[in-house]
Amino acid sequence: MDSYLLDPLAALGRAAFAVCRTVGGVALFALDALSHLVRPPFYGRLFWRAFVEIAWFSLPVVALTAVFTGMVLALQSYTGFARFNAQSAIASVVVISLTRELGPVLAALMVSGRIGASFAAEIGTMRVTDQIDALSTLSTNPMKYLVTPRLLAAVIALPLLVLVADILGVMGGWLIGTYKLGFVSAAYLHSTFDVLQVQDVVSGLVKAAVFGFVIALMGTWCGYTSKGGAQGVGGATTTAVVASSILILALDYVLTEAFFAR
Amino acid sequence: MRDMADPATRPAARPAVGAVPKIRMRGVRKAFGAKQVLDGVDLDVAAGHSMVVLGGSGSGKSVTIKCILGMIEPDAGLIEIDGKDVLRMSRGEREALGDRIGMLFQNGALFDSLPVWENVCFKLLAQNRISRTQARDKAAEVLAQVGLDGSVGDLSPAELSGGMQKRVALARAIAAQPDIIFFDEPTTGLDPIMGAVIDGLIVDCVKRLGATAISITHDMASARRIGDDAAMLYRGKIVWTGPAGTLGHTGNAMVDQFANGEREGPIRMELRR
Repeated sequence: MDSYLLDPLAALGRAAFAVCRTVGGVALFALDALSHLVRPPFYGRLFWRAFVEIAWFSLPVVALTAVFTGMVLALQSYTGFARFNAQSAIASVVVISLTRELGPVLAALMVSGRIGASFAAEIGTMRVTDQIDALSTLSTNPMKYLVTPRLLAAVIALPLLVLVADILGVMGGWLIGTYKLGFVSAAYLHSTFDVLQVQDVVSGLVKAAVFGFVIALMGTWCGYTSKGGAQGVGGATTTAVVASSILILALDYVLTEAFFAR
Repeated sequence: MRDMADPATRPAARPAVGAVPKIRMRGVRKAFGAKQVLDGVDLDVAAGHSMVVLGGSGSGKSVTIKCILGMIEPDAGLIEIDGKDVLRMSRGEREALGDRIGMLFQNGALFDSLPVWENVCFKLLAQNRISRTQARDKAAEVLAQVGLDGSVGDLSPAELSGGMQKRVALARAIAAQPDIIFFDEPTTGLDPIMGAVIDGLIVDCVKRLGATAISITHDMASARRIGDDAAMLYRGKIVWTGPAGTLGHTGNAMVDQFANGEREGPIRMELRR
């Protein structure tokens, strides 16, 4: 009888301890990686390589996502707002939705799938093939070499990608607005810039930087702590993408509260 | 089970009286969960000697090396290099010590994102001891020492055969001219001839550098070729040390059983039936 009562509690306790251990582990990992930002040597070449991988090679997928999102947003807004004769609000809805929410969140989710998975797989493979241990024996701190440049690159690259996504998303909305829904181009653009405020763009860019940090952190952490060969690396990759996607959505809410809640 | 007190054992690896061994381990213990992997390892490696550590799979050979390298923190015990306790060294001292150590990993552990020349000179580049231009020439020079053409330097590790990868890994281990080198199963996965070639290269490199070497292996032919001394690790303890040349007829039942690959003897494999 006792075990029927205690077993679920014990399982709950173990799960709680595991969560605490993981959160603590990720926090210490992040602090260690950040501490190398101010401690030489610095690996500029690795930073640049990671930056190009994130910013340049993610550009097509982020651009396509942004353009189609802007287009769909314009179409759906029109369908809804036409019921209330509020079609003139479409441009403002598109630009505010994109800059504040959809631009950063969708770009981050796309980059998470591309880069988070890639970081986890690459570093995870290095872990299970002793390459990380080899770094230690070659007078190189693996955190400084593998993690810090990627974190920094992602924090800088994501806002730039989101800036491009914002522009392309608005352009997608403008295309649908002018060529399909019959808006006058100048009026649509006037409406767009009239409602847009600096805070809208800045909040989106800050979110992007935070999301970039989360993506790189989860990707590198999952890879760095992976074990068990190919299966372990596969699991690390999946965990990196799932965890960073959930964190992106959760942090989006937290940051939105921080920026816009009254 | 015989132990170090057994008259059949000969502590040949012990340095001369009064001399400080290059590497000294005393009572090193390490457990992973309930499994006691190292249970009081005592080992001396004399300067300039090549010590081979033997033992079955899972006997703790790799953990022993990783403890010396600082990759794993032992639960208890003493590890000294040149008389200095490595477990109590500051970060700076540890880094300085690491600069003097080379390691050949079992599977090579070459960085597949870098070309061979950058792998070979990785440590020298990391320490800013040479420029990238000089590194290419240096890599060609070191590759020649392990019997590889300089043109291999531009290839990716994935383009190399297993034997070539081992040679490149050896070149990487010796490029910074370390005075202590660790070899983790250097001939695993190689055919006997290539294994002998790698062993020959290891002996040449260690002698040329005047380095102290610790190798772990269960390849007896390799152990006899590359070792001056040998030690047998069994159930977390060093149960025998002696000249590597005597392996197979040491008089220690456990070592002889292991070296000759006999089913019957004091060593019982833990098999599930």
